[in-house]
Amino acid sequence: MEFMSPPPVRWLDPDREAPPAAAPGQHEPERTPEQAPVTQNGSAPATSFVSAPRRRVQASHFALDRMQIEDVSISYTENTAVRGANVKGKAAVRSVSLPVRQGEVLALIGPSGCGKTTLLRSLNRLTEMTRGASLEGRITLDGVDITTIEPTLLRRRVTMVFQQPNPFPMSVFDNIAYVLREMGSRRPRKRALEGPVLDALERAGLLEEVRADLDHPALRLSGGQQQRLCIARALAVQPEVLLLDEPCSALDPQSTQVIEDLIVRLREEVAVVIVTHNLQQAYRIADNVGFMYLGELVEYGTVGSVFGSPRQQRTRDYVSGAFG
Amino acid sequence: MSGEAVTTQTVIARHTRPVEASSTWRRTDRLGLAICWLLGLLFCAIAASIVIFMMVQGIRYLSPSLLVTRPTAGFSQSQTGGFLDPLIGTVVVALLGVAIALPIGVTIAVWLTEYGRPFALARAAESTIEMLAGIPDIVLALFGLLIFSSPILGFLSRTSGHVVFGRSFFAAGAMLSLVALPLIVGSTREGLQAIPAHIREASLAVGKTRFATIRRVLLPTARPSVITGTMLGLGRIIGDTAIIVVLLGATLTLNQAGGTPVISLLKGTGSTLTSFIYENAPTGEANQPNKAYAAAFVLLLVVLALNLCVDVVGRRGRVVSWSS
Ligand SMILES: Nc1ncnc2c1ncn2[C@@H]1O[C@H](COP(=O)(O)OP(=O)(O)OP(=O)(O)O)[C@@H](O)[C@H]1O
Ligand SMILES: [Mg+2]
Repeated sequence: MEFMSPPPVRWLDPDREAPPAAAPGQHEPERTPEQAPVTQNGSAPATSFVSAPRRRVQASHFALDRMQIEDVSISYTENTAVRGANVKGKAAVRSVSLPVRQGEVLALIGPSGCGKTTLLRSLNRLTEMTRGASLEGRITLDGVDITTIEPTLLRRRVTMVFQQPNPFPMSVFDNIAYVLREMGSRRPRKRALEGPVLDALERAGLLEEVRADLDHPALRLSGGQQQRLCIARALAVQPEVLLLDEPCSALDPQSTQVIEDLIVRLREEVAVVIVTHNLQQAYRIADNVGFMYLGELVEYGTVGSVFGSPRQQRTRDYVSGAFG
Repeated sequence: MSGEAVTTQTVIARHTRPVEASSTWRRTDRLGLAICWLLGLLFCAIAASIVIFMMVQGIRYLSPSLLVTRPTAGFSQSQTGGFLDPLIGTVVVALLGVAIALPIGVTIAVWLTEYGRPFALARAAESTIEMLAGIPDIVLALFGLLIFSSPILGFLSRTSGHVVFGRSFFAAGAMLSLVALPLIVGSTREGLQAIPAHIREASLAVGKTRFATIRRVLLPTARPSVITGTMLGLGRIIGDTAIIVVLLGATLTLNQAGGTPVISLLKGTGSTLTSFIYENAPTGEANQPNKAYAAAFVLLLVVLALNLCVDVVGRRGRVVSWSS
């Protein structure tokens, strides 16, 4: 398949770029000559791209295939009033194939209702919790079909953060300790959990802010802090894949930036998949972008190719709204 | 200067609470409004007069010694002692009823909201509980007598030879738990349903089991509702008369069955404040109205205190909320 060898397109011609949208003083990655624009078919990048904000992220050093989505279709069956008569519901995701790589951030973009959330939730079998959802195709994690992995084990390896910041109504500390505690064993001492909890907070970049009030209710934190707590919670179990469903949609630009930096920092440790409506955000932090439309994966490629020289007309129409 | 302040305040008041002047209304609307006021005031007056009447009577006849002296049979008010035993009886019955109803009620509520499978059984359970709430307690009492008089349940009450007495704290507590059950189930369900779905998924998405989610996240979040339901149920148990009169034996004093201390008490018979009032009301067998008024006052205070608790818990419980 063509996405297995992503086109070398990554950076645009610096001359064509608008001045950085990011605040001055923000460390910008150095541009190297080999990252100069290379466009497919020798055609010029879309003109709408001219005013695009500068990418903050440098290409990652390595990429490791962790998950494969192979020809996955997901449909929701409506349970009709007539008992037993299940009408075949509409397909929310139609034969999508994608790799999920560690070391690179994968962004899923597309208009509302195109199946991004549905696809994301299928990666840790959360779709199974929805009545009437059925999945066809195969998803593998390190070559193992995820349907053969016990769901709670799988969800410890593939964790998810939601659109709404949703810390549990307990203390900051307990929010993370809860995730770490095994149900079978007796509650481990607080002392024993302190290391991992602080470590998770540190990785989510929240430790400095909450170190003094680990015992405060998590719901008293600000929205951005709550969302980072949710990320810390998802990181606490040392997952291999981190799924983020519009993690910044409820946040202000400042918190958004903190979380974006965090995601980029994390990409070497975990494979990150992020769903976002914010095309600039996708452009800023993603390495690979999948554009979905009406359940189909219309285009997949590196961020440069999808935003710079989309092959499909639908992609071009969609991303042209990004920087216009 | 003060005049200025007043005008400012009035202006603010007018701005913050724009009240439509009812003088502009049509006559029928004004009539409706007047009737609403009238009925509302009437209702308040009735409630207030009950409380005030009971208070006046109660304070007149209630003395601390009544609370700590045991009742004895006698013909004059001075001979019949206090109502220590009924007071203890009320506490025992309330504790027993709640001890049975709370775990069962919470379990049913959790099953209905979190699992609800198989569908038909869940619907059946739901309507059973609704029906249970509608059964008159005297019917429950007769039914309970039938059940607890059966030889199989003989170990729960006093027996003489092959005859099972069928009346005991156990019997009364068990049937009273059915009175409290619908309230606990209803309130707990409401509390659980109010928790957004993404909270459940957030817990599942980091690899926690459903059970852990319910135990550590959902039930603690719904705790105010559980407490409210329990308080309401407690109020119903404490105020119930029919089941007590029929199933507790309505002996004036605690009449232990003998054997192991606590079991002996629970297998024995006794009275509660309600049955004490019933017996001592002017229409009752004992006919000691002063005692009845004093006991009724105590009962009223207990129930009012419970309602106050419900209010306080309800208000505190609303603190838990997620930004949506
Ligand atoms: N629980 C469900 N039951 C039935 N249909 C559903 C359910 N969840 C989603 N769908 C349908 O699946 C389709 C895709 O929904 P999905 O939530 O994946 O979209 P999305 O791309 O995440 O949209 P958005 O960007 O608005 O979040 C929609 O048409 C939606 O109506
Ligand atoms: Mg979505």
